[in-house]
Amino acid sequence: MVKKLITEDTKLFMTGNEVIAYAAVAAGAEFMYGYPITPQNEIMHTWCKLLPKTEAGFLQTEDEISAGFTTLGGILVGKKAFTATAGPGNVIMQDAMSMAEMMRIPFVCAVMQRGGPSTATVIYAQQETTLTCFGGNGEGHRIVYSTAGHQDLYDYTIKAFNTAWKHRFPTFILADGYQGKMREPVVAYDPASRGIEMLPAVPTLRGEGKIGVDRKSVHIRNTFNLEEELMEVLDSYEADFNRIAPEIAEFKEYKAEDADVLIIAHGIVARSAMTAIDILRARGIKAGLFRPITVRPLAVPALRKACDRAKKILFTESANGQLARMVLKEIYGCTTPYDTLYKMGVGVTGDDLVNKVESMTETLVC
Amino acid sequence: MPELLTLPPRLPNAQNEEVGASKFCPGCGHGMILKTLASAIDELELKDKSVFGCDIGCSLLAWNYLDLDTVQTHHGRTTPVICGVVRARPEIVGIAYMGDGGGLAIGAGHLVNAAVRNEKMLVVLVNNTNYGMTGGQMAPTTMPGQITETTPYGRDIEKTGKPAKGAEMIASIVDTDKAYVTRATCSNLRSLKTSFKKALTNVAEGRGFSFVEVLSICPLNWRTNNVQTFERLKTMEECFKVGELVVPAGLEGVK
Repeated sequence: MVKKLITEDTKLFMTGNEVIAYAAVAAGAEFMYGYPITPQNEIMHTWCKLLPKTEAGFLQTEDEISAGFTTLGGILVGKKAFTATAGPGNVIMQDAMSMAEMMRIPFVCAVMQRGGPSTATVIYAQQETTLTCFGGNGEGHRIVYSTAGHQDLYDYTIKAFNTAWKHRFPTFILADGYQGKMREPVVAYDPASRGIEMLPAVPTLRGEGKIGVDRKSVHIRNTFNLEEELMEVLDSYEADFNRIAPEIAEFKEYKAEDADVLIIAHGIVARSAMTAIDILRARGIKAGLFRPITVRPLAVPALRKACDRAKKILFTESANGQLARMVLKEIYGCTTPYDTLYKMGVGVTGDDLVNKVESMTETLVC
Repeated sequence: MPELLTLPPRLPNAQNEEVGASKFCPGCGHGMILKTLASAIDELELKDKSVFGCDIGCSLLAWNYLDLDTVQTHHGRTTPVICGVVRARPEIVGIAYMGDGGGLAIGAGHLVNAAVRNEKMLVVLVNNTNYGMTGGQMAPTTMPGQITETTPYGRDIEKTGKPAKGAEMIASIVDTDKAYVTRATCSNLRSLKTSFKKALTNVAEGRGFSFVEVLSICPLNWRTNNVQTFERLKTMEECFKVGELVVPAGLEGVK
């Protein structure tokens, strides 16, 4: 059992990577397996620095493939384990994430997105959205929380563990190097103080009891002999995923109720959008925001409603429409015209959005 | 009818009696090796302390072969999965069971680093000098001149190098005071059992990393009959020297 660090509400001013480590401790995480890659390193650094106080475990592995699979090993024998990665590390960790998906292993991973493809840049992008939601040779039975700041990082890291252990789908905190590296104030708390009960980790292998006396031996596999046998399993996963999606899906709206122009953005870009919306409103342009918090699964009914209500939609991302592709699929049939502002691997500023929305509203009959 | 034929097969307690007939190809070495491993686990009474992991490749057919808590994972990834298990719960005796492709090619990085870190786990690497499950391609251990699907004119060592010596490689990087490294063969199961017992004891006593390479046979992909198969195994035993390479103090009493 890991020792608690935060017992009462504490205001901290720290980087997002540090926040994730503190939140993981608060969530009762017992072990971190990891491999260095920028911009997530300080999650590991902080976790390691805290070890004498938390009495948790850590292993620095030989690569992200190993970080992913050692995490799975730890979880299988009942430890609340997690890892973190980014960029090319996220690419090679998909091997382990696929296994987590196939075997319903409550894998938790913080993805601090950096530029891509390949090595690209080390700090910022939103280009791992598709990869985190749908990477691997499967169907994307994953839950992905996209955070927009440090309080989100604290709240959703805690939530990610409970979501993973409750529903047994791999669960991700999708952030980026900006959030990882910048400092912001955050209120750290003991989840119990918010009425959040952390679910216990349960071993799949080497649980209680003597084999052949109290229980049978447990054999788990991700190999199947028959195509139909596999489909039966995946059909049940799909049904489970669709059943829990409404319970899991989260979103935030900002001045979206009466918006003529609805900006759809996730993560830190949504914060730029909020800045832009305030400026635009002061200039008499009714802009609003729909921010999916879960980019997988999306909050589809709310999303459709917001899109139908608006006169124009603007998708904006630090990627070439990775979120937009997912959203457009879900709002099929919506006739609201849309425009895009994509900056691949580059931050979107409030000014960018103000200019873009103003150019859009020149043709808008309000 | 002779009474002997009506007797059920004598299985080690750590073997899963529900599986029935071996799922491996006729003449495969895996069945013998796993049965020997199960006997060693019985004798050391480790059934309720162990987690067994197996790879993709032929070894995945062992996913329910033993009456042990078992996880089947991806090619080469058994080492990190079992490493994760024993790091999380050091009281568990973790066994990672793989082929030569899983250990010395796709999972070589994991194996090397687990050995260097002295992970307290056992790696069993079954060397049959080819990739069996995928249809008999060249493995790192394929012998010079050996015909496989990707060396149809024989392995040319000028182009593809000499066979990888897994046990020697591991012996050269482990902590020799703590690790146990040996190469055994399925032509001598009695000696193999002793190797397994030493390797398991080394892990169970918390000393360190254990590595057992087992020379094995693959008549289906080798396209050999029973006589040729064991002749090939003899050739392998000349190429890959059988015997202990690293023995830490404290295992003297294990027979």
